[in-house]
Amino acid sequence: MQREELLRIKNLSVSIGDVEILHDINLVINKGETHVLMGPNGAGKSTLGYAMIGNPLYQVTSGEIWFKGQRIDDLPCYKRALEGMFLSFQNPIEIPGITLSSFIRSALEQRGIKLRLMQYKKELKNTMDILNIDESYADRDLNKGFSGGEKKKAEVLQMLMLNPSFAILDETDSGLDVDATKTVSLGIEEYRKKNDGSLFIITHNTKILQALSVDYTHIMVDGSLVKTSDASLIDDINANGFAQYEKDQ
Amino acid sequence: MKEKSNVNDVDRSLYDFRNDEKETYRLNSGLTKDIVEQISTEKNDPDWMKEFRLKSLDVYNRTEMPNWGPSIEGLDVDNIVTYVRSNTKMKGDWSEVPDDIKDTFDRLGIPDAEKKSLAGVGAQYDSELVYHNIREEVAALGVIYTDLESAMWGEYGEMIREHFMKLVPPTDHKFAALHGAVWSGGSFVYVPKGVSVDIPLQSYFRLNAKGAGQFEHTLIIVDEGASLHFIEGCSAPKYNVANLHAGCVELFVGKNAKLRYSTIENWSKNMYNLNTKRAIVSENAKMEWVSGSFGSHTSFLYPMTILSGENSKMEFTGITFAGKGQDLDTGAKVSHQAKNTSSFINTRSISKDGGLNTFRSSVSMTKGSEGSTASVSCQSLMLDSISRSDTIPAMDIRCNDVTVGHEASIGRISDDAIFYLMSRGLSEEDARAMIVNGFCDNVSKELPLEYAVEMNNLIRLEMKGAIG
Repeated sequence: MQREELLRIKNLSVSIGDVEILHDINLVINKGETHVLMGPNGAGKSTLGYAMIGNPLYQVTSGEIWFKGQRIDDLPCYKRALEGMFLSFQNPIEIPGITLSSFIRSALEQRGIKLRLMQYKKELKNTMDILNIDESYADRDLNKGFSGGEKKKAEVLQMLMLNPSFAILDETDSGLDVDATKTVSLGIEEYRKKNDGSLFIITHNTKILQALSVDYTHIMVDGSLVKTSDASLIDDINANGFAQYEKDQ
Repeated sequence: MKEKSNVNDVDRSLYDFRNDEKETYRLNSGLTKDIVEQISTEKNDPDWMKEFRLKSLDVYNRTEMPNWGPSIEGLDVDNIVTYVRSNTKMKGDWSEVPDDIKDTFDRLGIPDAEKKSLAGVGAQYDSELVYHNIREEVAALGVIYTDLESAMWGEYGEMIREHFMKLVPPTDHKFAALHGAVWSGGSFVYVPKGVSVDIPLQSYFRLNAKGAGQFEHTLIIVDEGASLHFIEGCSAPKYNVANLHAGCVELFVGKNAKLRYSTIENWSKNMYNLNTKRAIVSENAKMEWVSGSFGSHTSFLYPMTILSGENSKMEFTGITFAGKGQDLDTGAKVSHQAKNTSSFINTRSISKDGGLNTFRSSVSMTKGSEGSTASVSCQSLMLDSISRSDTIPAMDIRCNDVTVGHEASIGRISDDAIFYLMSRGLSEEDARAMIVNGFCDNVSKELPLEYAVEMNNLIRLEMKGAIG
């Protein structure tokens, strides 16, 4: 079955300041697909996530990014978000004075979704239940004083509430204990079920992938994609590590 | 006169409309004995008040200008028209207030707010109160809310005389003396023993005339076991000459009583705001200040609390927002003078576009204040690298067995935080405004909802165009 193209990255190079981090990346993600990006520390995996969503600190020096048939590499980050992109941060930022609940509500309003307060609260509570987040967190300041695991869950909560068509999960599973990993996996499954959303999962940890059907696995080494294959590549990496690819460089 | 204000304002059209000046009566611009006598006659002062004014003028002439804090050289008091009275008498019904003045308050939403959520409203236009009203059910409890001038002649005349400028004597500083000599307008509130006023009283000050001063006096006496929330709002349109606001607020909180005094000051950016506020708090009583300072060219504003009775408490929650061309010197003072008193000063300041914020706190623990605690927390946020924020804490501890704490932090909005919010679909402007609103949360959550909304709007207005 030919799937509809969602994201296309063509010959993309990305720099921070004068240093080129990503070299000539090519990638196509179709609607409903789950892609996994693996690679050693410092390979540039997060940089690719940032470049997709448009972190202003990262400059596209050549190449193109297309999303839903529109070239987006000149669009500011928030417009990409409104087009349906989402990034779950590796280190979510603490924002004092804004509650988790009111933040998600205003993010929904940015998308033209205005729910009545009671209806919104109910939906938020249901979603928090799926993720096993205590309801008191709704009225706590965004990420403030949350543990590492709670922050990651709050990211997945935002993803489920904002319902993007493409979600980048940047090490959403790192630093989680067994139970939290299970919960986050449940959340990701829920996201896949809900609207056939596409996923780009940056990870070291393959436990989170067990429950998911992975369509493609990419290996990044030193800012280049060196190998793309199906889910079986994950087992290969688990068994043999990245050394074989690093030698190729 | 030097023009100190050359600020390009953000859209302040809501506040910046001005009405034609139609005052019937405008005095020469300097300040002399003749002028003070004229004011006194015109206002029909009792004799004691006339004497008080002349004594104050004497103090004024003897007192030096403050030699610390922001520059006030743009202000030439000798050229300030100290008394401008609009052509109207005070009314108790909006429909009787002259159209141009009523129009001003309509645009500020005051009559509307009165209908919805207030127990009483006073509105001052330039030097005179033009409107005062109090809900019948509140008046029936014996609550007095009226202008000071007429109250001096009435049943509470003696009470006013006993309290007027006793907390802030004319000798306090030069502008207190000026106030004593030329004060005009303002409010007198008396809440009798045990009466609790559940909905707020509000007073709104509007300075419309150019190159003028507003010297309103607010005297609030909350008797034993009573409670009150008083809200004060201020604004003025912008002219290219300096205006002066040297009001005075005196608050007396009786035994077991509670007073909350909230202010949102949004003066135009040519205003010198040299306002003096002071409260004295008796045994087991509580004073709460909520203070938002947005406008003005230069401010000196340090509400002071004297904790005179055992177990008395005060909380001060403040926010100051200094933009381009603004030098805002604000803070709070507290003097612990009895056992087991406590104070908490919690402030936020925001500077942008080269705005200057100075936060001063002064905590004193006198002999006999055993078991008291004081805590000062001051957080500053700078939105760019050309703005400035200073913190100047002072402590004077003359007693053992007290606890005094102070913490201050100065920060900037991080690019990471903006990126994080933008990645959820907020524009950069919205992301910054959201962070600033969050930073101000301590104040907004202390305000009644409609004022919290107004404050958030003010922040949004100030933040507009903050991005280059």
